[in-house]
Amino acid sequence: MIPAQFDYLAPTSVADAVAALAEHGDEAKVLAGGQSLLPILRMRLNAPGVVIDLGRIPELQGVSEDGDHLVIGAMTTYAAVLASEAVTTHAALLSKAIATVADPQIRHRGTVGGALVHADPAGDVGAPALALGAELVIAGADGSTRTVAAEDFFEDLFATAVGEGELLTQIRIPKHTGWGAHYEKFVRVSHQWSIVGVAATVRSEGGSIAEARVGLTNMGSTPLRARSVEEALVGQPATDEAVRAAVASVNDGTNPPSDLNGDADYRKHLATVLTRRAVLAAAGA
Amino acid sequence: MTITEDRAADAATPEIGRARTRKEDARLITGRTRWTDNIQLPGMLHLAMVRSPFAHATITAINTDEARKAPGVVGVVTGADIKDVQGAVANAWPITADQKTPDHLPVVVEHVACAGEIVAVVAARTAAEARDAAELVDVDYDELPAVLDLKEAVKDEVLAHPALGTNTSAVWTLDSAAQGSGTDVEDEIAAARSDGVVIEREFRQQRLIPAFMEPRSTVCDPTGEQMTVWTSTQVPHILRFLVAATTGIPESKVRIIAPDVGGGFGGKLQTTPEEFATIAVARRLGKPCKYTETRSESLLSGHHGRDQWQKLTLSARKDGTVTGLKVELLADLGAYIGVVGGGVPVLGAWMFNSIYKFAAYHFTVRTMLTNKTWVDAYRGAGRPEATFAIERMMDELAAELGRDPLEVREQNWITHDEFPFTSVAGMTYDTGNYEAATAKAKALFGYDELRAEQRRRRESKDPVQLGIGISTFTEMCGLAPSRILGTLNYGAGGWESASIRMLATGKVEVLTGVSPHGQGHETAWSQIVADRLGVPFEDVEVLHGDTQISSKGMDTYGSRSLVVGAEAVVRAADKVIDKAKVVAAHLLEASVDDIEFTAGKFGVKGTDKGVTMPEVALATWTGHNLPDGVEPSLDADATFDPENFSFPHGTHLCAMEVDTETGATSMRKYVCVDDIGTIINPLIVEGQVHGGLVQGIAQALWEGAEYDDQGTLVTGSFVDYTLPTSADTISFVTDHTTSPSTYTALGTKGVGEAGAIASTPAVVNAIVDAVRPLGVDDVVMPCTPERVWKAIQAGRAVSTEGDRDAQPHFDEGAPNQDPGAASPESTSDGSQS
Ligand SMILES: Cc1cc2nc3c(=O)[nH]c(=O)nc-3n(C[C@H](O)[C@H](O)[C@H](O)COP(=O)(O)OP(=O)(O)OC[C@H]3O[C@@H](n4cnc5c(N)ncnc54)[C@H](O)[C@@H]3O)c2cc1C
Repeated sequence: MIPAQFDYLAPTSVADAVAALAEHGDEAKVLAGGQSLLPILRMRLNAPGVVIDLGRIPELQGVSEDGDHLVIGAMTTYAAVLASEAVTTHAALLSKAIATVADPQIRHRGTVGGALVHADPAGDVGAPALALGAELVIAGADGSTRTVAAEDFFEDLFATAVGEGELLTQIRIPKHTGWGAHYEKFVRVSHQWSIVGVAATVRSEGGSIAEARVGLTNMGSTPLRARSVEEALVGQPATDEAVRAAVASVNDGTNPPSDLNGDADYRKHLATVLTRRAVLAAAGA
Repeated sequence: MTITEDRAADAATPEIGRARTRKEDARLITGRTRWTDNIQLPGMLHLAMVRSPFAHATITAINTDEARKAPGVVGVVTGADIKDVQGAVANAWPITADQKTPDHLPVVVEHVACAGEIVAVVAARTAAEARDAAELVDVDYDELPAVLDLKEAVKDEVLAHPALGTNTSAVWTLDSAAQGSGTDVEDEIAAARSDGVVIEREFRQQRLIPAFMEPRSTVCDPTGEQMTVWTSTQVPHILRFLVAATTGIPESKVRIIAPDVGGGFGGKLQTTPEEFATIAVARRLGKPCKYTETRSESLLSGHHGRDQWQKLTLSARKDGTVTGLKVELLADLGAYIGVVGGGVPVLGAWMFNSIYKFAAYHFTVRTMLTNKTWVDAYRGAGRPEATFAIERMMDELAAELGRDPLEVREQNWITHDEFPFTSVAGMTYDTGNYEAATAKAKALFGYDELRAEQRRRRESKDPVQLGIGISTFTEMCGLAPSRILGTLNYGAGGWESASIRMLATGKVEVLTGVSPHGQGHETAWSQIVADRLGVPFEDVEVLHGDTQISSKGMDTYGSRSLVVGAEAVVRAADKVIDKAKVVAAHLLEASVDDIEFTAGKFGVKGTDKGVTMPEVALATWTGHNLPDGVEPSLDADATFDPENFSFPHGTHLCAMEVDTETGATSMRKYVCVDDIGTIINPLIVEGQVHGGLVQGIAQALWEGAEYDDQGTLVTGSFVDYTLPTSADTISFVTDHTTSPSTYTALGTKGVGEAGAIASTPAVVNAIVDAVRPLGVDDVVMPCTPERVWKAIQAGRAVSTEGDRDAQPHFDEGAPNQDPGAASPESTSDGSQS
């Protein structure tokens, strides 16, 4: 497994990285943790002439707080997110989902930004980002930045709002302090991608569900948000019966794939079971 | 205590039975060792293979111009370039005289019969340059229709090898009535149809991929007087013979070395196209060449395992006594017949009847050629398939009778006082005690408690149901008596060879013809020889895997190393002792008849005079004072040909929880009690059992090689070929009962394959047991959550017990035909992320 030859650049600022991207155009590929890109290069599914490594850019690293938002640098590794108390406190759903990604080695290399831009519908980061209403900050060629809501970010299989010559720099997440959270990941072997995953986070008030956010992994060509379920859950007690009824519409708008792990109908069935379980667990029931 | 006393105390403790950690592990685990890919030779070139993306095609043109011009490239070789010198990948076991065997060229010349076949080889200064240039080789193919489905292949509508005129390679039969080992199976079935029970089931043995840890690698140095080949193989001696036999290079000019080899599981008992291609290119260019495969190449082009449809008819009396067993197999050989190939299902022929006293038995296998990767031995080779089928059938019989499946087994198995027992298939089992192993397993498992919990969950309609699976298996291993191999038309013997060299300093070199690839032979053989010769464990060095050092051997597979290979070692050691006795008697001025050898010391009966083995070794080496006519050497060789196979057995019990809402399964408890005769090293045995269990469990739950309808392997990486890790398994409870074999001097039976043979049906039986009340009587392997869930849905759709029983079992869509879910052949419509 030897990739085709490429030149390697390691800029130390976003400005330099964007300039390098502009110079090399579609010859260039950005390298984050390499956990998706390297297998692609090694299997020669892609052969960029230039690889631009973002690993030496300090401004893309780390978790900080900005008022009622958490700000996560695109190059923050899964392991760093898991170790962040701010994330556990204000966006527990993200921690819970990331804890299920692959294995410790991969979590020490893979980055949140890389996962979002890679946009594999079976990846575990998109659904919680959607459910938490994340905003993605994108740096453009001319030094400008723009912010895209998660719902507009994922365009299709492996396609996002990050255009040619652009970089994802930050993930901004509105704080969900005090919300219960659970990520229900269904796999056959432990190191597998989600066959179906459900990200649920719930704010409870006096024994019933005041607000709920639900994201779905691998139920379509992008991560999906189950808005009808979220609405149906409002005001419901966290009981098996009530939640069962509220999640019945979870498959509205889903279009899951069929593959060796299950056909579309089976995935739809799983989505109903897993959503109920995720919501009940998030509500602490 | 003084040091001397310490030593004496030590010497009294036998090495055999000690749980020694393995002496080879320090270097293997730290990687400070010689894997083939670690070998670097001066001027060595690196090879990359150009492989066919098509399952079935004719090559119309190959243009290598661009590749030849690429940086670092020294040569590009096509099949046509080496047509007459590349040799052939051989089948050593034509199972019938009229077996159809397609020619198997290492680098194809014209006809591609499966995806991944080598079409051209690029040699370059670096591996990266070779890979880059391989992309530039331009091959024109005319695609041909491919036959991919095993049942479709039988129809001969599309041919895998048009020149052969049929896809059927051979039909092989064993009939107890014809060979006089039992009655006629049709009579027994007819009797049971009128007044008894007949169980008919069809099972799918899915295709598996051996997935050894170290990908295959070969280095060939053609520059010496002898051509030297280092290769990641289980079979250096067989490779040497077949290289000589098919390329015309004299055997004396070929040296094969299997350095440290990282696993094989049968996947490295092949002589491979890659080995032959590397040899041919190295000789053509006159330079050392190395080829190391990628994991994707390994999954695609290393041989696969299993892949059968199994149709079984079992007859029994109403009281549960089994009478007849009829087995009809359809076995996929893939595109070519490997070294053992069609022999793999035949190895299962004697094992479907297993430990049960059937009156009649009939076995047929039809081996088929298709346009998929070739299939050959994979851990257990034929016996796991047999064990799976019969153990599933015994559970189905018990269910039909409404009885406990252990009780029905006990009613039918050979009791301990009936050994030696000649089975209905004609094999004579020497020893065993199924009652003892089962009693121990039941106690360790808490069988009755788990059954009680199962009842509670059923009554409360718990969404998570509990099932108990049983597998009371036996197998035949220790391949193999040469005379029996002769009657089966196998192309070689089954003996094993060993030599012992007594060094002047009292140290011992043991040369063994078996070729370990992770099993721990160096440790176990040292323990055996230390006891036999009375020397310290540390003083024994075990040498293997180099045809220049251990020049004779039949290598390692079929759980044969200990029961055949170590028996040769024991016999060589006994010859050393006999020779040493003569020298010792001379030194002690006594008669040879008065010399006793115990714990490394030759003593004279009734006296305290004695000399140690190292003293005798030194005296022999100097040669100063030897009896007349005695040669100055204690070294000895032995070749051992077993008189029979080895028949380990055991009782495996598995508890599985099934989430009926999702179909997810999880293992709750696994207990196995194996009888493998005398245990040389309990730690090594435990490792073998654990690894075997996981591979067998993986067949039940996780693994399966799947192709799309173009003949492309869709499980071509570990993303899709879901190999389990330790995170997916639980802690197993393993234990033993011991009935020493009477066929071996050490009393050992093989253990290398036992776990993999026994565990698969235990797991599937447990899953079916958990959901049987929901109308399920089979789940196709691997039992994915989707399949389990769909089986439950299909079962629930059938309203009453009576309706279910009335379903004809051999019909399309019957419950045992993967209800609801598409068949493995047709699920491959989507690839994964
Ligand atoms: C064995 C294995 C198992 C895995 N299992 C899981 C799993 O269970 N769940 C899961 O969610 N994921 C899984 N992954 C994928 C893992 O999460 C990857 O790390 C992730 O998909 C990509 O992150 P990365 O930092 O490695 O990105 P890279 O691989 O470096 O890059 C991925 C893509 O994003 C682009 N890119 C990266 N960063 C930026 C940026 N800032 N701006 C613009 N473009 C950018 C790259 O050019 C590339 O196209 C697994 C990976 C492996 C190897």
